[in-house]
Amino acid sequence: MDRKSTPVKIRNLIHPYALAGLVPAGFFLIFYFYPLSGIFFKSFFPKGKIDFVFADQVFFSSRMIKIIWFTFWQAGLSTLLTLICALPCAFVLSHYSFKGKKIIKILASIPFVLPAVVVAAAFQACFGKTGFFFGLKFDNPLGLILLAHVFYNFSVMLRIITGFWSSLQGRISEAAMVLGANPLQVFSTITLPLLKPAIYAASALVFIFCFSSFGIILILGGPSFSTIEVEIYRQAAHLFNLPLASFLSLIQILFTFALMWIYTSFTKKAARFTPDPEKANLKRAVCLWEKIIVAGVILFILLLCVMPLLSLVAGSLTNEGELSFIFYKALFKNTSDSIFYIPPFHAIEYSFMFAGTALVIALITGVCAALFIRHCDRNIKNRLASFFDPIFMLPLSTSAVTLGFGIIITLDKPPLNLRTSIFLIPIAHALVGFPFVIRAILPALRSIPEQLTDAASMLGASPFKMFWHIDLPLISRALVAGAIFAFTISLGEFGATIFTARPETPTIPVAIYRFLGQPGAMNYGQAMAISVILMAVTAIGYIVIENFRKESSEGF
Amino acid sequence: MKQKFLLIIVLAALISLFACSKEEQKKEAKKGSADKMPVVTIMTHDSFSISKGVVLKFEEKIHAKMVILKSGDAGEALNKAILSKNNPFADIFYGVDNTFLSRALEADMFVPYAPSKLDVIDPKLKLDPGNRLIPVDFGDVCLNYDIKWFKDHNKVVPTMLEDLIKPEYKGLTVIENPATSSPGLAFLLATISRFGQDGYLDFWQKLKANKVLVTNGWKEAYWGKFTAASKGDRPIVVSYASSPAAEVFYSKQKLSQAPTGVVVENGSAFRQIEFAGILKGTSKLGLAKKTMDFFLSKDFQEDIPLQMFVFPASQEAALPDVFKKHAVITGEPAVLDSKLIDRKRDVWIREWTEKVLQ
Repeated sequence: MDRKSTPVKIRNLIHPYALAGLVPAGFFLIFYFYPLSGIFFKSFFPKGKIDFVFADQVFFSSRMIKIIWFTFWQAGLSTLLTLICALPCAFVLSHYSFKGKKIIKILASIPFVLPAVVVAAAFQACFGKTGFFFGLKFDNPLGLILLAHVFYNFSVMLRIITGFWSSLQGRISEAAMVLGANPLQVFSTITLPLLKPAIYAASALVFIFCFSSFGIILILGGPSFSTIEVEIYRQAAHLFNLPLASFLSLIQILFTFALMWIYTSFTKKAARFTPDPEKANLKRAVCLWEKIIVAGVILFILLLCVMPLLSLVAGSLTNEGELSFIFYKALFKNTSDSIFYIPPFHAIEYSFMFAGTALVIALITGVCAALFIRHCDRNIKNRLASFFDPIFMLPLSTSAVTLGFGIIITLDKPPLNLRTSIFLIPIAHALVGFPFVIRAILPALRSIPEQLTDAASMLGASPFKMFWHIDLPLISRALVAGAIFAFTISLGEFGATIFTARPETPTIPVAIYRFLGQPGAMNYGQAMAISVILMAVTAIGYIVIENFRKESSEGF
Repeated sequence: MKQKFLLIIVLAALISLFACSKEEQKKEAKKGSADKMPVVTIMTHDSFSISKGVVLKFEEKIHAKMVILKSGDAGEALNKAILSKNNPFADIFYGVDNTFLSRALEADMFVPYAPSKLDVIDPKLKLDPGNRLIPVDFGDVCLNYDIKWFKDHNKVVPTMLEDLIKPEYKGLTVIENPATSSPGLAFLLATISRFGQDGYLDFWQKLKANKVLVTNGWKEAYWGKFTAASKGDRPIVVSYASSPAAEVFYSKQKLSQAPTGVVVENGSAFRQIEFAGILKGTSKLGLAKKTMDFFLSKDFQEDIPLQMFVFPASQEAALPDVFKKHAVITGEPAVLDSKLIDRKRDVWIREWTEKVLQ
């Protein structure tokens, strides 16, 4: 027995960073694994014995195989397209300063918050009947699905890659330039390898997000297209075929786990460098080609993200071709005297309340989880980290209806009688926001060289001090990106599927759905008006979050 | 800066936790002040609505508070109720429709009770002889058309299902996917009732050849493709017989005539009947019974049309003006046995999917 290693191991296990892992682990056990295992158990062992006939319904049905294949295919293609769109934009945003940059970044992130049905309306208003966009015809459903996925996820890629890129030190590439490398060589041999962790992280996130895409496929894709997530909903909510729904959920979860496992082993080999906590050296575009690139990127973001948003705003402000506020005014009137009437300010208040709480929960658990993962792969040299990292990504691709059913049958007794509790709402939102926080900060956290912390600890710094003075400042930029995602996810969540909604605390998306539930031109106009309010609320939230760290005017 | 950052995070955490628990307390306080007033909990779907005035009347008459839990669309809400039947959320479930009736009854989760006003309910609506589920409202799913579009294009409006497969109606219709939408399913059932189990696929084959458009949900069809409500290009849509009334009620200017018309005769409208029942395991059986009585009372029944845009089940309830003028009650709706629906639903949807979508 190796006597020396034992105390080291124990010390590593009770290290505060290791103990930090208990926070996300506990959170996951209670609010994710417990409900899920409950519904799986009920589905697979209905009468005490296992029954796997439903597996035939999946593997021997050509329709199911097609659905599974399409799910992968569209997610892969959407991710690739998003990456292609985001990479040049990230380059410009992380290297150049220009007027209106802040506004552009905020506008680019707003689409993420909109419900799919509103995005459909925005696209329709934008393309009109012709269906032309960028000279491409987009009236075919597949084109719409891909465009919507790019529209939604563009900001995820952009924020993560830009945040990372602007912290790369310019000196290495400058040195290479001096030594005679051309820009292409510099990019392919220096910048790209250094950027890899961020590109992988963002791509993994976007892939999983598209992989479990629901609203977009259902609404923009129409009935000819179905993903595993849509099929789970159909089986669970309409056909009440719980075994099949659970089995499909399990496939989704196992796949996500496998994908993340592969991803984790890739990122471990990524290059390390000292991130630059100081202001990045942002240039102004001087020569012609620089100006063209910057202008091109601005124009692209305006066309992709802002134009559909503007057409929504225009729609909410016009009545019979004239400027009018009737839809906004009508929001304040309870036309049918219903007890479920939603005063706009209440909806805004509740949206902020839930999003704020979800953000805090997601940030705390996310930071703890990221510290824990890094601690594992540095100090406990076994497979622990490569096991936990994928686990923490699972909520992103777990069907809401499956988890919702699980919550009903498990969290129904004291001390966890949470089925109808108001706390369940931010908790469920945080569960989905938390993987975004991890993905945003882990690349930054990992890139901090061990020598830095080793030196600090040799000089007697406690782990808390190290976190405070080294880790936190270095990851703060990434933390803001994570916070923005957690906040946005909560704001945009409709969520009646997960919980038994409480009509007393309606959020803005709930109001949108309420208006669109009944015919009548006023209802449609009001839905558009409150969607515009949702966009405004989101933008305000972004400005507040970004101002937490005013000093960083660069990047994201 | 770090300190500030952390301070703000902690502050935000405190504020939001405080806000959440304040809401929780408000709820408790409500319960507290209503201690003299017991609470009856009603589980229902997202489309449920009731006006403030009627809630007040309920509190006056029954001396109880009403707590409403919305649980997703009609299918989801029922499934959640079935899953929680051993430890129910609520005392009453409102909103099982006739396509889900036998699933709900088989789950054995309702207490039989015949409300005092059961005799004023249209007998055709009573589908459960055991009175475990009592009809409370109904709506007819049917074709809606854009009156102006047909006038502008000098075309005759459709009057029956068979019209849809005529060449002059090519590419005019948008319907919902029965696999994902409840009006979509109701419309499929109307065609099965009209053309029989042997003939309905033949009709759909022809409808497909006539370029019918299928969306996954009512919102996408109505707000996305229907000419009367969107920039779409389909003047015929599957919606409800009460939709024209909603178009008038929620119009921008006062309209004297509805912008849309409906096709309800010749068996082309399918009647969706909604039921309510007392959940087994309720600790407030007496109160739940009084609430069921209230659901069939004139007060509640007359509130239904403008809240949910469906028709009251009670024959003594008067309709609001906008319904009298602009909504049509189907004389002879298409009907199918609810047991048959539950048994064959999956098969019909599968056959339909193979025929129409592939």
